[in-house]
Amino acid sequence: MSERLPEFNPWLPFLALLEKEVRRFLRVASQTLVTPVVTAALYLFIFGATLGTRFSVLEGFSYAQFVIPGLILMAIINNAFANTSTSLFMSRYLGSIVDLLVTPITPTQFILAYTLAAILRGLAVGAVVWLISLPFATLPWAHPPLVLAMALLASFLFAQFGLIVAIYADSFDALAMYSNFVLLPLIYLGGVFYPISILPPAWAALSHLNPLFYLIDGFRHALLGQGDLSFATAFTVSALLAVTLFAWAALLIGRSYRLRT
Amino acid sequence: MITPALAISALTRDYDGQPAVKGISFTIAPGEIFGLLGPNGAGKSTTINMITGVARLGGGRIEVFGFDNQRDYRITRRLVGVMHQELVVDSFFTIDQTLSFHAGYYGVKVEPAWRETLIERLGLGPHRHKVMVKLSGGLKRRFMIAKAMLHKPRLLILDEPTAGVDVELRHALWEFVREINRAGTTILLTTHYLEEAEQMCGRIGIMHHGELIALEATGALVERLGTRGVEVHFHQVLTALPAELAAWGARLDATGRIVTLTLPPAQTAGDLLALLCRLGLPVADLETRRPGLEEVFLQITRDVPINGGNDP
Repeated sequence: MSERLPEFNPWLPFLALLEKEVRRFLRVASQTLVTPVVTAALYLFIFGATLGTRFSVLEGFSYAQFVIPGLILMAIINNAFANTSTSLFMSRYLGSIVDLLVTPITPTQFILAYTLAAILRGLAVGAVVWLISLPFATLPWAHPPLVLAMALLASFLFAQFGLIVAIYADSFDALAMYSNFVLLPLIYLGGVFYPISILPPAWAALSHLNPLFYLIDGFRHALLGQGDLSFATAFTVSALLAVTLFAWAALLIGRSYRLRT
Repeated sequence: MITPALAISALTRDYDGQPAVKGISFTIAPGEIFGLLGPNGAGKSTTINMITGVARLGGGRIEVFGFDNQRDYRITRRLVGVMHQELVVDSFFTIDQTLSFHAGYYGVKVEPAWRETLIERLGLGPHRHKVMVKLSGGLKRRFMIAKAMLHKPRLLILDEPTAGVDVELRHALWEFVREINRAGTTILLTTHYLEEAEQMCGRIGIMHHGELIALEATGALVERLGTRGVEVHFHQVLTALPAELAAWGARLDATGRIVTLTLPPAQTAGDLLALLCRLGLPVADLETRRPGLEEVFLQITRDVPINGGNDP
């Protein structure tokens, strides 16, 4: 058996893990793809079909046009986060993480594979939500490259957050806690359903501490051509946060914190 | 000098201040089948986990075919294949899919012929398209063995490979392990079936409470520490055990015709016969039992209370 070692392809570990992660979420597509799309479709029905044309919170746009970018980004964020957090936590919880720990995969490849799979899932769900939104409102797509940039940034950022949560969480309850008591309030209070500018000054100021505000505002700005902030500000703050979370995740995974015993 | 397949020096590891591995050192030569034995909690799995990269090193050094397993981990992990003791599988995928992923994790393309050989020899053929969650415990263990061998490692570590595996497959597995060993693969195995270890391993290391308390060729270990049991049948009934025999730890059975004892390491069956003649006892028959690894193992670990828990 050991007359010679098979030829080593140094990037194959990354590709194999990426393929496995993508196949994992496709295999349980009813949970990972269909459910979030149905949830988003309900939001679209409520805010698009019923309220969407009745009032406006942003000059020149119907409420449906205002809310749809937020709903798309919410789907991207939720799914990117869910993909890394659930997959890595399950591997730790069930012990199958040892299958990776004994292989020559590098920490960089480990992070990239998990992140890229999360980005793909986030963008896939986001794209379907956009398609479902078409009957409710037409978006101007003011800056298409910036739309893609913000979508990539948001999914990357929350893929990192998912990795970090998966490492720190000790139980399914803890995992759900991060999702329900951290992510959900940040999203709902970050301007998905209303512009921060209509809030009383104190609440508006407080909202500027919410990192989701910058992501949502930047994404909406890229799609509608208008936002509470300049696009540069929204993008820069979001990018800084993404780099910070990436550094944090890289530090944990590079040191195998709570991965190796 | 030939580079050892595995060289461990001064290896230590603590868990929460409790020492699990206490500065052990040993080497395994290329092509050896080496048995690492010890009761539960001895530190075997911790040692294996440090070799494979699942656990961090507390101190010391591990080299695989001359490569440092910390600095050159991308090389050493390709050289090592490991089957862990715990049944751990990814429930989402089939045997076929998981084997493909696993080869990829090691940076190699699956060689179709080798993959088919593993599937056939381990009896996985009829189950290859089943998802893991539907496999029995024995099948999962077979799959884990295939997974450990898939990337053609030069050092194969088998941690309790036959636990929960039926007798037929166990024999087939050991035959397969011997084959790949003859082809050049070095084997490090742990097992609780000491008879298997005795048959399979050229050398044995015994760990206890984190220390390596024995390390030598299997035959020499058994010869040096093995004690032989003897059963003596007499023509007539003995009413009492002679004091000279009692001093050797002999026991008289209820019929009064059979005495059993364990020969001390320094004594031979000839010494016993001479004693029986001197005592004028009418010997009808005498049976000796060959010493075994199990006796050696029990003898050298019995004085220290066995930690009934798990390996940390």
